[in-house]
Amino acid sequence: MSTMRRTLTAVAVAAAVPFFMTEASAQKSLRFVPHSDLKILDPIWTTAYIVRNHGYMVYDTLFGMDDKGEIKPQMVDSYKLSDDKLTWTMTLRDGLAWHDGQPVTTADVIPSIKRWAAKDSMGQKMMSFVASIEAKDAKTFEIKLKEPTGLVLLALGKPSSNVPFMMPKRVAEGDPNKQIEEFTGSGPFVFKRDEWVPGSKIVYVKFAGYKPRSEPPSGTTGGKVVKVDRVEWLPIRDHQQAVNALLAGEVDYIEAPPHDLHPLIKKSKDIYMFNWNPLGSQYTFRFNVLHKPFDNPKVRQAVLHAFNQEDFLKATVGSEEYYKVCKGLFVCGTPFGTEVGFEDMLESNFKKARELLTEAKYDGTPIVLMQSTDNQSLTNLAPVAKSLMERAGFKVDMQSMDWQTVVARRVKKDPPAAGGWHAFLTSWVAGDLLNPVMAGFVNAACDKAMFGWPCDEQIEKLRDDFAKEVDPAKQKAIVEAIQKRVAEYPTHAHLGQFYNHGALRNNVKGVVPAPAPVLWNITIE
Amino acid sequence: MGGYILRRVLSTLPVLAIVAVLVFLMLRLTPSDPAAIIAGDYASSEQIEGIRERLGLNEPILKQFIIWIGGVLQGDFGESFFYKKQVAELIGERLEPTLSLSLITILLVVLIAVPLGVIAAHNHGTWIDRFVMGFSVLGFSIPVFVVGYILIYIFAVTLDWLPVQGYQRIRDGVGGWLLRLVLPAMTLSVVFIAFIARMTRTSVLEVLNEDYIRTARAKGQTEIKVLVRHALANAAVPILTIIGLTVAILIGGVVVTESVYTLPGLGLLTVDAVLARDYPTIQAVILLFSFAYVLINLLVDVAYTFLDPRIRY
Repeated sequence: MSTMRRTLTAVAVAAAVPFFMTEASAQKSLRFVPHSDLKILDPIWTTAYIVRNHGYMVYDTLFGMDDKGEIKPQMVDSYKLSDDKLTWTMTLRDGLAWHDGQPVTTADVIPSIKRWAAKDSMGQKMMSFVASIEAKDAKTFEIKLKEPTGLVLLALGKPSSNVPFMMPKRVAEGDPNKQIEEFTGSGPFVFKRDEWVPGSKIVYVKFAGYKPRSEPPSGTTGGKVVKVDRVEWLPIRDHQQAVNALLAGEVDYIEAPPHDLHPLIKKSKDIYMFNWNPLGSQYTFRFNVLHKPFDNPKVRQAVLHAFNQEDFLKATVGSEEYYKVCKGLFVCGTPFGTEVGFEDMLESNFKKARELLTEAKYDGTPIVLMQSTDNQSLTNLAPVAKSLMERAGFKVDMQSMDWQTVVARRVKKDPPAAGGWHAFLTSWVAGDLLNPVMAGFVNAACDKAMFGWPCDEQIEKLRDDFAKEVDPAKQKAIVEAIQKRVAEYPTHAHLGQFYNHGALRNNVKGVVPAPAPVLWNITIE
Repeated sequence: MGGYILRRVLSTLPVLAIVAVLVFLMLRLTPSDPAAIIAGDYASSEQIEGIRERLGLNEPILKQFIIWIGGVLQGDFGESFFYKKQVAELIGERLEPTLSLSLITILLVVLIAVPLGVIAAHNHGTWIDRFVMGFSVLGFSIPVFVVGYILIYIFAVTLDWLPVQGYQRIRDGVGGWLLRLVLPAMTLSVVFIAFIARMTRTSVLEVLNEDYIRTARAKGQTEIKVLVRHALANAAVPILTIIGLTVAILIGGVVVTESVYTLPGLGLLTVDAVLARDYPTIQAVILLFSFAYVLINLLVDVAYTFLDPRIRY
């Protein structure tokens, strides 16, 4: 604080001596600027990333994913699969407790798994293999399967929405379609509902009763050791203001400042940038296969031939330091990351694209492309898509709207001329795309698929094969087969990976790289 | 006077009713769907439909309106779709920052703009007049958010005199409360200072040529007394009208300023509610703003009678 500010404060204080009081505190607080405001508090009820991140503060998980992409136990101490591969036996760690001091038992864990599985697509898939989940005692439970599957650990350890967070029995037994109203977790932080100022401040304090694992932290696993007393989330809507606050020392850590502000941040010697999510995120172009011309896979292939990832990444991210061209659907650098199937696509081969359009007898129907204008990281994508598609011979009607209108409109199945749509662009964090069951846009289950509603028996059969396979090498082969089929029957176009670095003051150390911004292990020097 | 106030209060009811109908209809007719927003990316059509049903958005618009207005008439503005809190409670929590910002801004505006206008009028045609008028043009030509960023850059980032953003409640310390409102209030007040200084100058200039001013001077009264007691007092009615309008227009500025400075007031609540399509919150806040607008106009009309004895209702 400068002398002038101290003087001004002193003057203001002196003017109000009889009324003046402050929140004196010797506690170590981390002031964190999340990517958006927190409105909903139930991480099972919604897939919003901000609620997932809140979940990681308050709740714990049975398994997690380490920095190598491997699933490791978290609340679970020991676990084993029977020889016939039909029974998983899992035992909870000693000393797990809820924030109200009660012990965590299998009576809490089983309804938590069921509530999560009722909402999460991967959980639903896993449960299709599950015959029963039964408690053996307070610490041990069994998951009995109808047939072998490799999904159980992948699902229980999935790092992104919906994360299978554990909740107390009384909470978890509630209707999965109704938001929870009690926020007792067993995670490393306690949510202070009495200090929550909606729209302005979300407060967490260290949970003194949390028993971390002994291993070092890695991804969403390992020792979640909390080294501050208190964390304040301060949602600042204006990115420039957030950076100003960081420069002035009013906040300690910005989750993801936009790329265009990075040069400004880097000029400060008091701040450093850190890539807390090394897996990054992926841009995608989603087709609506219900309407002409995208009901024809050849027309969709033409789009994949017209596009190249570099143009999209340059237009939105800018510096090569923060993006990577990757033709893999399931994220390059992860166990199922492979570019097989897309070798000759995404190269802006307009000649090939035009040939495909001719073959498909494309009649010049304008493509209704929804452009989000208020979501800065997405705004520049649609004009690039429009330009590349037009060069391939498409007619494109790019319609601009705010992101929430895109969200409302993308679930409509009406024809594009009657308020529906042909295509839009979005992004996913890599943690949501790590395998074909997890990645929502690969789901081609017709009406049960996500908006866009691709419908392909072969893709679904391969996804089922993947779910049933327990051998990772064979799973990898299935992934390659899926990519080849998606290249023939495109469900979406993947437009490359990018990285959102966090910005931190120099005295903030110990950020754990993970698919979500986790705030344990951080120290303030 | 009592009868007049009662008539004016009653006349606000149709205005509020029209606002209520308009806001309700506009929200329902725009292409948005709170259920799809709440449900998230992976929600199935059935899940979205289920949320729509629980929120009552599947009912015919007329039925939705009757349910909502019935609640409003009983003081129940409904529950926020997102925060799962009563809207009245949300608004109650957000009143303090907005009222604080508005009051300090009005105070700044009146204390700076009126003397500036009087000084400019008194020094008509001189460099002082031209300087004030130049500032005035500049003041209402620059958008609020640009002023905000310039002030933040100078006073918060470069000089480190004032905080960049945030709010501290009065109960947590008046010093911190005041310190965090200085920049937002300065930002918001610039345009109004410019406007009111200009209007004050014009009004005072008009009365400075009146006979009673010459008489006052001829009687040997000091220039200060002439300006304040005779000129300003007689120019007060149009100035008060403009100040009244300013207070009403302030509502628009509050929305932008609270967003820039992250003040958790009604402006920020409005922005968040609009972006999230939180219908109950948007409806209640717009209704509240309309009521405030009508009330301020009434207060200004009543204030005329104190400033000009010739005005009677």
